[in-house]
Amino acid sequence: MQKDLNWREFLITRLIKFSGYSAIIFVSMIFFFLLKEGLPALSEVPLGDLFSTRWYPIESYYGILPLISGSILVTVGAGIIAVPFGIGVAIYLAEIAPRWLRNMLKPLVELLGGLPSVVLGFLGILILSPTLRVTLDLPTGLTALSGALLLGGIAIPTVVSISEDALDAVPKSYRDAALALGATRWQTIWRVTLPAARSGVLTAVMLGVGRSIGETMTVMMVTGNAPILAKGLGDLFSPVRTMTATIAAEMGEVANASTHYHVLFFIGLVLFLISLAVNMTASAIVFRQKKRAERVLS
Amino acid sequence: MNKFFTKNRDLTQKLGFSLLTLMTLMTILPIIATVIYIIVQGAPAISWTFISDFPREGMREGGIIPAIIGTFYLTLGTAIFSVPLGIAAAIYLSEYAPENKATRLIRLAIINLAGIPSVVYGLFGLGLFVLFLNFGTSILAASLTLSIMTLPVIISTTEEALRAVPQSFRTVSISLGGTRWQTIRKTVLPQALPGIITGVILGLERAAGETAPILFTGAAFFLPRLPHSPFDATMALPYHLFVISTQVPEMPIKIQYGTALVLLVFVIGMNALATFVRGRARAKRQW
Amino acid sequence: MKNKIVIENLTLQYSDGTESLNGINLDIPANATTVLFGPAGGGKSSILRCLNRLNDLADVEKVTGKILLDGENILDLKTDVIALRRKVGMVFARPVVLPFSIRGNLTYGLELAGEKRKSRYAEAVERSLKLAALWDEVHDRLDDPAIALSGGQQQRLCLARSIALEPEVLLLDEPTSGLDPISTSKVEDALIELKKQYTVILVPHSVQQAARTSDYAAFFLEGKLIEYAPGTEIFTNPKKQRTEDYVMGRFG
Repeated sequence: MQKDLNWREFLITRLIKFSGYSAIIFVSMIFFFLLKEGLPALSEVPLGDLFSTRWYPIESYYGILPLISGSILVTVGAGIIAVPFGIGVAIYLAEIAPRWLRNMLKPLVELLGGLPSVVLGFLGILILSPTLRVTLDLPTGLTALSGALLLGGIAIPTVVSISEDALDAVPKSYRDAALALGATRWQTIWRVTLPAARSGVLTAVMLGVGRSIGETMTVMMVTGNAPILAKGLGDLFSPVRTMTATIAAEMGEVANASTHYHVLFFIGLVLFLISLAVNMTASAIVFRQKKRAERVLS
Repeated sequence: MNKFFTKNRDLTQKLGFSLLTLMTLMTILPIIATVIYIIVQGAPAISWTFISDFPREGMREGGIIPAIIGTFYLTLGTAIFSVPLGIAAAIYLSEYAPENKATRLIRLAIINLAGIPSVVYGLFGLGLFVLFLNFGTSILAASLTLSIMTLPVIISTTEEALRAVPQSFRTVSISLGGTRWQTIRKTVLPQALPGIITGVILGLERAAGETAPILFTGAAFFLPRLPHSPFDATMALPYHLFVISTQVPEMPIKIQYGTALVLLVFVIGMNALATFVRGRARAKRQW
Repeated sequence: MKNKIVIENLTLQYSDGTESLNGINLDIPANATTVLFGPAGGGKSSILRCLNRLNDLADVEKVTGKILLDGENILDLKTDVIALRRKVGMVFARPVVLPFSIRGNLTYGLELAGEKRKSRYAEAVERSLKLAALWDEVHDRLDDPAIALSGGQQQRLCLARSIALEPEVLLLDEPTSGLDPISTSKVEDALIELKKQYTVILVPHSVQQAARTSDYAAFFLEGKLIEYAPGTEIFTNPKKQRTEDYVMGRFG
């Protein structure tokens, strides 16, 4: 009987250990496939063309710079909205709002975070874009700005949730000490609490921004899908095309193993590497903070 | 001098608090307004026919039941693959893994999986499941893709739930002659279960709402009948909403909002369920 | 009196470099209460945790020496630790009741052991509760959650939990440290009954408790065994100066 138990225990332990390592297997598989299908693009399309400013696959123009600039523009726009509002709301919920209000508002913010991106894109098409077109007197409401506003909205719940946890985790003794020295609550927040939570807040911002870069459906539905190189923030009012929308929009129509197919995978590879960089930076911050024995939630 | 100084600081605080309150209002009010708007616009479309009947006239009339059932199948498929694997991986991280470089690598991999854009998952699913493994555009391919995407969420929340169980329980169980797995099975896992369930609900909710991963791996717009096997393609709610709002001319607004409302109700419902489970667990806790 | 446990030249070092035990040689007689006492950090808890191999879970760098239980070295790699832990039960300083009912706590060890016979469960529950002097207080509410008991009752439940497995040795690591005097004396009285059947090794939380309960006592200081003598002698007439200093409260 004991031997039977030992054998079962051994098998289960093995399975569990394998499951633990499965995450590494999956990431490697994804990376491998992106490489396998994306790297051929580098040989099929001259490097200069690949990084040119014209994206017109029908006539074999595969310049991805407009797509990259589109993603950057929308993400920067989203960040400009999400960072102040996200941190601001987090501070409000964690430090200012009374308990009952916080318990009421937090689920609402989480609701926004749980909304499928199609629904937000849908609302963008029907409500936001026409409104922007009318109020800002634009030729079309499907612009980078619409995308930035909606993506900001998508990123805010992430920023709020993680920042609020980080602020909450700051020991009460810090605040009490500051107040005892005569600081107002406002001063305490800005000089004590927020700096103490800064790595958690930074992580929150990075994850929120990471989410924005990776958003697909919302941008595909509201940014107008015009692959034109964006040159500055002024181009917020024009249509753009993001990398993610390009893949989503064109993947269905490409022939397997064609150059277009490879280039789309290449774009996917670029997206993968960007998110890898963002995540590794965020986790390095967290790891360093953990070593300093501060409690951070990621 | 003192009074002036204090008054200035009080004014700053008042302004600051007002600003933050304003910002919160600016964030919260649109959310509430949006939800109400969807309900108001979509409610007229909701009828028993709508949620139980097949679409007619190129989706412009009738119901959306195949999309609802399709989303159900996809969610089920995702659960089958991601839940056991995710929980097992979390058990490894929480109960077995030593604090070394290999474990850090696993954690890094999980963080990365969590950050990969959904459309890249779609590409991967296309490359591996649809083409390389030859599953074709199918529920199977789409579920597998969604599962890998959902894995990091389930692993994180499960690990957190496991770690919340007091270490002293494990020590006592071992001292009574329990093996590590017995301890997990009889004490740790049951106590962590509500937290795990909450995480699973939220993970599956996210998977059910995703469009990009299923775009090229399993979603279809118009299917004459319900899928028969995992190798069939399927309709799905989020994809359905996407197509009817962008690609079908003269689609009645009512139907669009109705579909959006169904999705919204689903999301709110899952959130409420997760909150309920979380609340009940907290009340019934025996430690 | 026969020796239940013989510790031979036990040396223990944790991975952070601290040396916890240094060349311990100690005999534990059967059916008696042996008390391990001394100031904090002396190594007493480490010895207990070696006796049921709970130290396997800690960051132990090196263990040398032998611990013979009925003549068999339990530090041997081939030892069946699971069976050992059923033979050598442990009660911890803070009462840790498992998140189950009173009955569930008591039958937990039997379930782990794969005991299938229901009759054994009921019998074990009653026997162990009576030995731990808890039966009268809880026999009519065995299905209540164990967390509802008072601190003293919880600790006696933990004692009963170990007894339910019918061990041969009982290790108690400051079992009454959080308890009020009445609960403390209830536990100490139970120990008097228990040592008739088992071998009891106790780390007390005060010198007074050591003096009250010990048949034999060993004084530990910084990982070394300083003195070992019958309880009647060591507290009234210690032979080593350090022992006398500690017993008289000059340090500690």
